[in-house]
This record gives sequence, structure tokens and C-alpha cells, in this order.
Amino acid sequence: MKGESIGVYYWRRLKRNPLAMLGLGLILFFTLMALLAPVISPWDPQKINLEEILSPPSLKHPFGTDSLGRDLLSRVIWGSRISLSVGFVAVGISVIIGTIWGLVSGYAGGKMDNFLMRIVDIMLCFPSFFLVLALIAFTKPSIWNIMAVIGVTSWMGVARLVRAEVLSLKEREFILSAKSVGCSHLRIMFRHILPNALSPVWVAATLGVAGAILLESSLSFLGLGVQPPTPSWGSIITEGKDNLEVAWWITLFPGLAILLAVLGFNLLGEGLRDALDPRQIFGRQ
Amino acid sequence: MTLYILKRILGMVPLLIGISLITFLVVHLAPGKPSQVMMSLNPHISLETIKKLEKLYGLDKPLYIQYWEWLKKMFRLNFGNSFLDGRRVIDRIKERLPVTISINFISLVIILALSIPLGVISAVKQHSIFDRLTTVIVFIGFATPSFWLALLLMYLFGVKLGWLPISGLYSLNFPSLNFWGKVADLAKHLVLPVFVASFGGLAGLSRYTKSNMLEVIRQEYLQTARAKGLPERVVLFRHALRNALLPVITLLGLSIPGLIGGSVIMETVFGIPGMGRLFYEAAMSRDYPLIMGILTIGAFLTLIGNLIADIMYACVDPRIKYQ
Repeated sequence: MKGESIGVYYWRRLKRNPLAMLGLGLILFFTLMALLAPVISPWDPQKINLEEILSPPSLKHPFGTDSLGRDLLSRVIWGSRISLSVGFVAVGISVIIGTIWGLVSGYAGGKMDNFLMRIVDIMLCFPSFFLVLALIAFTKPSIWNIMAVIGVTSWMGVARLVRAEVLSLKEREFILSAKSVGCSHLRIMFRHILPNALSPVWVAATLGVAGAILLESSLSFLGLGVQPPTPSWGSIITEGKDNLEVAWWITLFPGLAILLAVLGFNLLGEGLRDALDPRQIFGRQ
Repeated sequence: MTLYILKRILGMVPLLIGISLITFLVVHLAPGKPSQVMMSLNPHISLETIKKLEKLYGLDKPLYIQYWEWLKKMFRLNFGNSFLDGRRVIDRIKERLPVTISINFISLVIILALSIPLGVISAVKQHSIFDRLTTVIVFIGFATPSFWLALLLMYLFGVKLGWLPISGLYSLNFPSLNFWGKVADLAKHLVLPVFVASFGGLAGLSRYTKSNMLEVIRQEYLQTARAKGLPERVVLFRHALRNALLPVITLLGLSIPGLIGGSVIMETVFGIPGMGRLFYEAAMSRDYPLIMGILTIGAFLTLIGNLIADIMYACVDPRIKYQ
């Protein structure tokens, strides 16, 4: 290694993995779709057209139309906005909570550590979907509530990862030297330990986005997500379920979109795991 | 061993109290009081009646007293009565729980029976066509929304081919069937739900088995086993697989909350009267006692699952000390 930054080094390792690059490509594809939705969607996603109810895929409507004659391709394109924004914001919330929780727990040690980790154990006992459902049912179904609920029910894994990193980092010499020059605890935690404890968090966050997209689509499917007429992939599938016998396309296409988006984040996450894994850098092979 | 099990059970008590506390807080700190729910169920209810009802359910007392009262009842498995139909919560759970547990248990057995051989073969023949194919299927399995897969299969096998029923647990003529007819009818109804429930878990577990197997295969004791002249089959299945499967036991314990949670979607799509759908209905109608009951029981099942996994682990792995 000739003095290149560690980030560049990891990127070179990641670039060699074709599956990870495929994942990154899928993520870019859906992100662009979400950003450019008003420009690229061929029709207005809300436009009701009673003359073209449930028409099968054609040149005019590549994905067909739904029971109100709305263009399905446009609705799937606009649906990417909901899925991706919920995915990113929910994971942002869970990473912030989990990182601070793990950092404090690992750094403080002793009784505090014991107490905080017990809470993590308890939270992990709940069937996560039950907890999400209970919280959603008590709040109004809106996109912000869904982001918050997914965020506050999924931070426990990150907390455990960060704590484990902190436990090994805080015994190292550079922390001792930071202490000896009089750094405050807060400064040691956030300036010296945190940046070195983040690599497993990147992996968990990428995989977490995939999980959050799946969760959001399940909630929308149950009618607990973003309310109509705003299109979201899960709620389009609910419409598809009601017309399953006559219009398979309403179910098929939004589901494919979910599958590909989730696949993208999973592939990138697994690629990151391999690229950041020190055992594979200095290991036997 | 008995001492170890006793210790583990004792260790569950603080977790159980924590579970009850979180359940209580989730329900009671949420916006919207239970009395408002009762009011929305019956708009003609008078303010006086609401006060009376609040007194009946103890909702007029301070939170910590309410919690203590609830906790005392909970240890006697008394979760109160459902707001909706007034029946005891524990009875409503009891009639739904067996369905959910049976479906998850069958799925789990299928997952184990298929994913372990899959994982072993992909590890032993790493980079072969078989390995690549399973990797692709695993990633797709991870990414497939279960409700979507369920709908597609319902369309294909139910609507197009007409081979399988698409919802419920029994046909209309179920009571008139003889024993084997009943079994066949039930089995037909369970094929799709069990398949969908197994699909996601299959992906996860086969991948996990593969990576464990890959790690074990590199160990030196396998070289020793080969050097002794043992046939490859014995080396793989007696020396390698046993060690690779140890972490799988823990993973099974950890997968229980996901399976129980996933039953909400599965049972709603297929119209199966299990605990997942009961919870969905309870959450939709804000039936507080029922919600609290199912949350607690769900978390309790996870605790039991983890306990069984730990005990199994200790039985299989002689390196674990019971101290």
C-alpha cells in the first residue's frame, strides 16, 4: 500500500466484486428513478382514466393499468420515492440510536453496560413485526410515523456491533494516549473511538435499508403504510390482490421492483462485508 | 446439567419483567386512550359510562399501580378480557396459538431438512455451478417479499391451474369428511403457506450453513482426519458437519421472533385463523388487553425458544461448561 487512504483501498477491493457492483448499479438505478420520477414517468400516476380500466401491458401502458385506469408504470416509478426514502431515513434513525447506545454501553462498561445491553436483549425478544404493528396502530399511518417506528424498533443489532468494536478499541494504546493528554470522555468516544468502530455499521446499515424497504412494503400491503392515492409498492400490490384473477400485472410489477431494490442493497451489503473483513485482507489466502 | 437449566430459567425472570414493562409502556404511553376506543366502538356511550368503565379497568389509577396490577395478573396468565367481544384474552390466544405454532414448526423442519444439505454441498463444491446457482437463489429468496410470492403462487396454483385452495384451513365440506379425508384436506390448504414460510428461511439457513462449513473445512483437525485415512464421507459428515452445525442451533433460536412476526402477513394473505391474524385484528381495533397479551406471549415464546436452543447447544457441545 503506497499511502492511499483506507477508503480508496476498500473501494478498490469492492470494485473487484461483480455482485457488489451489480448491487450498486441497482441502487443507483432506483435512486435515479426516485429523483427523476416527475420527468421520466410517462403518465400522471394519479390520473384516473375510466376508459382504460384493467388494461393489460401494451406499448401505451408498458405495465398495464389498474382498476381505476391509472398507468401502472408511472405508479411504480413514483412508488420508488416512498420505498427509498423510508429505507434511508428509517435506517438513519436506527443507526444513530444504535451507534450512541453501543458507544455509551461499551465505553462506560460495568453496571451501565449491563443495564443497556439487557434492554437490547429484551427488545430482541419481541417478534419485531408485532412491535412495529402495535406502534403503527397507535399512531396515524403517515410516512414520517413509519420511518420513526421502523427506526426505533431496529437499532439493537447496530448497538451490539458498535459495543463489540468499542470494547476492543478502548483497550488500545491510542486511547490511553488520548486520555493521558487530557481528552474528555466525550471527545475520546466521538473523535477517537467512533470513527474506528464504524466499518461493521456500514454493512449493517446497507443490509438494514433492504430490511426497511421490505418492512415498509409489508405495512403498506396491510393498509398501514402511506395512505392512498399516493402510490407505494406495497399498496399497489394490495390493489393487485383484489384483482388477482383478472389482472396479474398489478401484482407482478411492483413486487419485482421491491425484489430488485432489496436485492441491490443486499448484494452491496454482502460485498461491503467481504471488502471490510480484515480476515480476508490479512488471512491465509 | 439440571443446575445449568435452572440457572438459565432463573435468568429469564428479569427479562420477563422487562418484556412486561415494555409491553405496558408501548400500550399506555401511546396517544389515544382506551376509553376513546371504547367510545368509538359505541358512539352512544355516555360520559358517565366511560368513567365507570375506566374504573372497572383500573384506568383511573396512576400508571405504576396499573402496571403492578397487570403484572400480578399476568403471572397467573390472566390478561383480562378483550374489549371487542369481552372474552378472556388467554382463551382467544389459546384457540389461535396451535395453528401458528404448527405451521411454523412444519416450516422449520422443512427448512432444516433442505438447507443443511444445500449448504454442505455448496461449501464442499465451492465455485461449482451448483454453488453459484444456490447463491443466486439465496439472494433472490432474501429479497422476495413473502406476501408477493404468496399472491403469485395463489394465482398460479389456485386460479390458473386450480390445483390448490387459495385460502383458509379447511374446505366447506370438512366436517363430513372421514379422518384421512380431513388430513388430506388440511394438507392441501397448508401446502402454499408452508412453502412461502419456508422459502425465506431456507435462503438464510443454507447460506449460514455454507459459511460455517467453509470455515470448518479449513481447520487442521480435518487434515488430521484425512491423514488417518478416513474416507471423505466420514470426514465431511462426522468431523466437519457436526462442528458446522453448532452455530445453526443458536440461529434457530434467534429466528423465532421473525417467524412469529412473519405469521401476521402469512395468515392475513392466506386467511388462516392464527395468532398473527389475531394480532393484526387486535392492533387494528386497538384492543389493548389483547395486544398486550399477544405481545407478552410472543416475547415469552422467543425466550422459551432461546432456552431450548441453549440447552441443546450445551447437550451437543462438550466444550460448554455448565458453571
